Amino acid sequence: MNWLLTHLDEVGGLMVTHAVLSVIPLVIGLVVAVPLGWLAWRYRLLRTPLVAGTGLLYTIPSLALFILMPLVLGTGILDPLNVVVALSVYTVALLVRTVADGLASVPDEVLQAATAMGIGPLRRFFGVQLPLAVPVIAAGLRVAAVSNVSIVSVAALLGIAQLGSLFTDGFARNFLDPIIVGIVACMVLALALDLAILAVSRAVTPWLRVGSPA
Amino acid sequence: MNLLWTWLADPAHWQGDDGIPVRIAEHLAYSGVTLLLAAAIGVPLGLWVGHTGRGRVLVVNLVNGMRSVPTLGLLFVAVLVVGPLLAGDIAFVVPAIFVLVVLAVPPILAGAYAGVEGVDPGARDAARGMGMRPLEVLAKVEVPCALPLIFSGLRSAALQVVATATLAASVSLGGLGRFLIDGQAYRDYGQMAGGALLVAVLAMLVDLVLAGVQRVAVSPGLAPVRTSRRTGRLSRLVPTTT
Amino acid sequence: MIRFTDVTKVYPGGTVAVGGLSLRAPSGKITVLVGPSGCGKTTSLRMINRMIEPTSGTIEIDGRDTSGLEPNELRRGIGYVIQSGGLFPHRTILDNIATVPLLLGWDRRRARARAHELLERVGLAPELGRRYPNQLSGGQQQRVGVARALAADPPVMLMDEPFSAVDPVVREQLQDEFLRLQADIGKTIVFVTHDIDEAIKLGDQVAVLRVGGTLAQLAAPADLLADPADDFVADFLGRDRGYRGLAFTEAPALPVTREPTVRLGAGADEARRVAAGEEWLLVVDADGAPAGWVRPSALVAPVGPDDLHRGGTVARVGGSLRAALDAALSAPSRRGVLADDDGRLVGTVRAQDVLAEIEREPSEAAS
Repeated sequence: MNWLLTHLDEVGGLMVTHAVLSVIPLVIGLVVAVPLGWLAWRYRLLRTPLVAGTGLLYTIPSLALFILMPLVLGTGILDPLNVVVALSVYTVALLVRTVADGLASVPDEVLQAATAMGIGPLRRFFGVQLPLAVPVIAAGLRVAAVSNVSIVSVAALLGIAQLGSLFTDGFARNFLDPIIVGIVACMVLALALDLAILAVSRAVTPWLRVGSPA
Repeated sequence: MNLLWTWLADPAHWQGDDGIPVRIAEHLAYSGVTLLLAAAIGVPLGLWVGHTGRGRVLVVNLVNGMRSVPTLGLLFVAVLVVGPLLAGDIAFVVPAIFVLVVLAVPPILAGAYAGVEGVDPGARDAARGMGMRPLEVLAKVEVPCALPLIFSGLRSAALQVVATATLAASVSLGGLGRFLIDGQAYRDYGQMAGGALLVAVLAMLVDLVLAGVQRVAVSPGLAPVRTSRRTGRLSRLVPTTT
Repeated sequence: MIRFTDVTKVYPGGTVAVGGLSLRAPSGKITVLVGPSGCGKTTSLRMINRMIEPTSGTIEIDGRDTSGLEPNELRRGIGYVIQSGGLFPHRTILDNIATVPLLLGWDRRRARARAHELLERVGLAPELGRRYPNQLSGGQQQRVGVARALAADPPVMLMDEPFSAVDPVVREQLQDEFLRLQADIGKTIVFVTHDIDEAIKLGDQVAVLRVGGTLAQLAAPADLLADPADDFVADFLGRDRGYRGLAFTEAPALPVTREPTVRLGAGADEARRVAAGEEWLLVVDADGAPAGWVRPSALVAPVGPDDLHRGGTVARVGGSLRAALDAALSAPSRRGVLADDDGRLVGTVRAQDVLAEIEREPSEAAS
């Protein structure tokens, strides 16, 4: 506890970095996964290659992916961009399937009713199908957010500063306090992101909160 | 890129006690032992929860909760706390395997539980109505029908274990992670990237082998004719990586 | 014979699912339990093979109290068919059917041979045996469900809404096949449905249950229609009870009129001559089977298939009064067509003659 009190500024700074490194890939991943997920949903033939292909990327261990990133991006090994891109890859891998499942979970009758009312394909997608798929997509996004927070900490082994640095510092000095503080801070951050996504998801799907007349 | 190929192509790196084959063998040994232990705990427990319906809330929360625990931090804590109680190499191996098992159990547990819970209640009812005893219902109907999800849990866990075993090099264990960590220490990017590539390929191969076993073990009658919402739900419950 | 004696099932929380039910399901007959949801029909069924244990009372099968038997042994000797089919998705159709024989310790070859035999028996092609349940239609799956229940040749079968998950056309087909099968095998069957028409069609006797699991009436279908015990049963039976009841009365020798006919392809002039001024003329095909009615005055060419009015139903000689009456009512000429068992025309009958017959023996249906 004492250790935390004397290092509040440092922990706070690392937490902000950690949050940024976790959230940016989440946004990038979502933006990329929606069109890919739509393709996988719309064209059955594409589903298997898309889901399996992104799934293959998902099998690469994070430390390995961080290290291999400079080969693709031409960055330095210490560049936080490696972490951002690698996590974006994981997020896409996780969300493509979720988005496809989410879009498929919208009842066909609803889409046909929309078409019958003369709503065009683009408006139908953004105005009807995507909103109705939000609960499923949000659930996938929550999983991605929580695992992103955990994965970011691994980058400390390469010297990229964030909450994971507390683990490496503590281990090097055989000192538990910073490690415990780091673990708790990571879990708090994961919980906060999880709740934030849940809150946004609820806010944009008010129809789900209305109890059905019993 | 050149550094990577130069390092991989050097025959000296393919022999000796710290050569690539030995590191691969170590990596597979850690992963295999861990997966066996985790399966021995997770599968029966998951089957029990799915069969009896007891402790469902606990399982779901455990899986979600464990996902938020940073792997690396847990590994360091285990070594610092448990390590001093033991002597020699064991001081690192035991806590590392312990952490690997702790991380691998939840996805296996969740897969087995969701698999059994998702069995068509009609099939279960029919099995009972034909006079199968509870263990016969489990062995002849519930487990075979749950196999696709049991495997999906095992494969998630395997990926997790192979990835985390890489991190174990940072607490002075062997395995392919050594190249990543030592390369970093010696500022030898060729070694780091070479090791990273090997780990990535190993992870894919392990997943491929398990996928092959799954293909043989699971009845063709359970092939996904429809893209069911059930597997959709599980895909959100099971996958984890580090 | 299955005998319920004062059987009660009270669930924890005090809901009475079955309240003091006593009835007998005779051997070799189909006893249908029917009633609205919450009447305890499924609970009653599932107490027979002890999937649910009664709170009090006894259930005997052929004089043996089931509570004294080992539940799994008991179940292996009773066929069980449920609504969703409950097929095992991981096993082929043949292996599904062979389940109980294998549980009973038959050797594999004998169990498979038996499964093959049953596949044919329920009207499925042998090559379906190698498929998996998700490759079959709903109707086919239900047939496999029936075959699986019959596999060990149990004397007793329990069927819980086995045909309610398929579409009406397939359902009727399955019902007809089921009756043919039962005529062959003569099992003691307890059959649960919420569909009163199905109950009347299939049951040798029908037990109407009311909410709370008490017996409102137990009777043969004809008697049920003719003489409902109370308003509840009458309401549950629904409309057109008198008419539906005629289905159970065999038509006696009705006064049959010889009908002038022409063959398909006869010329317009011939048709007008044979009709002799009648508005409608009956047309038969080359085998002498009735094909339909034609209006000779409207013919401009020889009688073709497109000229036929096909609305009339055909009753068989010796069929029910309902079929004879319906034939008369549905024919545009109001002359009901009667055919023999080979489908050849016998003659026609008028509604007033059928009605006269019904009035002459008013008690026939009620007896």
